[in-house]
Amino acid sequence: MAAPSQQPRPLSPHLSIYKPQMTSGLSIFHKMTGIGLSGGLILLVVWLACLAAGKETYDGIMAILTHPIAKIFLIAWTWAFFFHFGVGIRHLLWATGRCLSLKSIYTTGAIALAFSFLATIGLWAFILGVG
Amino acid sequence: MTKDTSRRSPLGRARGLGSAKSGTESWLGEQVAALALIPLSLYVLASFLANVAFGDGYASALVWLRSPFNAAAMILLILVETWYGAHGIISGIVEDYIHHRAWHVFGLIAVKFCAAIVALVGILSVLKILVGA
Repeated sequence: MAAPSQQPRPLSPHLSIYKPQMTSGLSIFHKMTGIGLSGGLILLVVWLACLAAGKETYDGIMAILTHPIAKIFLIAWTWAFFFHFGVGIRHLLWATGRCLSLKSIYTTGAIALAFSFLATIGLWAFILGVG
Repeated sequence: MTKDTSRRSPLGRARGLGSAKSGTESWLGEQVAALALIPLSLYVLASFLANVAFGDGYASALVWLRSPFNAAAMILLILVETWYGAHGIISGIVEDYIHHRAWHVFGLIAVKFCAAIVALVGILSVLKILVGA
């Protein structure tokens, strides 16, 4: 990558002048859930390291992860996963040149949003129902 | 550089203005990684729910990752996701929003270092469980 120029570059009008829309909201939440899921990946690796360390360490982290406050984080993380998943598939569709009309951008956005909530509710209803 | 067919002025080129000429590869890599993460993440999630979530705690988790297939899926998930996460945070956040030169460079390097450490800890843990050390 070439070194950025030291001169100030022209900037387009930024966030503050735009009215919030579904499209911009989904885009912002896509980035935020991406950051959240990177944090979740670190948690997954910590869980693996504890499992590799032995029973005592594993039981220790499981005591933390099954605490009610941790469960709220895990539910939020599940939603972030399904949201990023759904909106990500929308991006993959766009990459093939599909669903780029204004109408389908809103339709696919609504589908991804509905999917993220339904999948999260369904999964946790299953987990809490069985467990 | 080969024969210059662009319309950029020599002065503009010398100042480093214009496109970086390396966007396509980075974009394509992101699409392929995203595609790989669809089956990987769904498989690991479903397999975890089926074998570990309601199982016998420590013992179930060990049995789950001592299957070479599950261990391979977990290692692939960690590899692709650390690359994808680092790529996404660098291109989506550090490059776009961190303008201060020193923090920009620090961010680019720190994200890569963190991703490497996370990947290494994750993969070594899976391998340790797999071989039962």
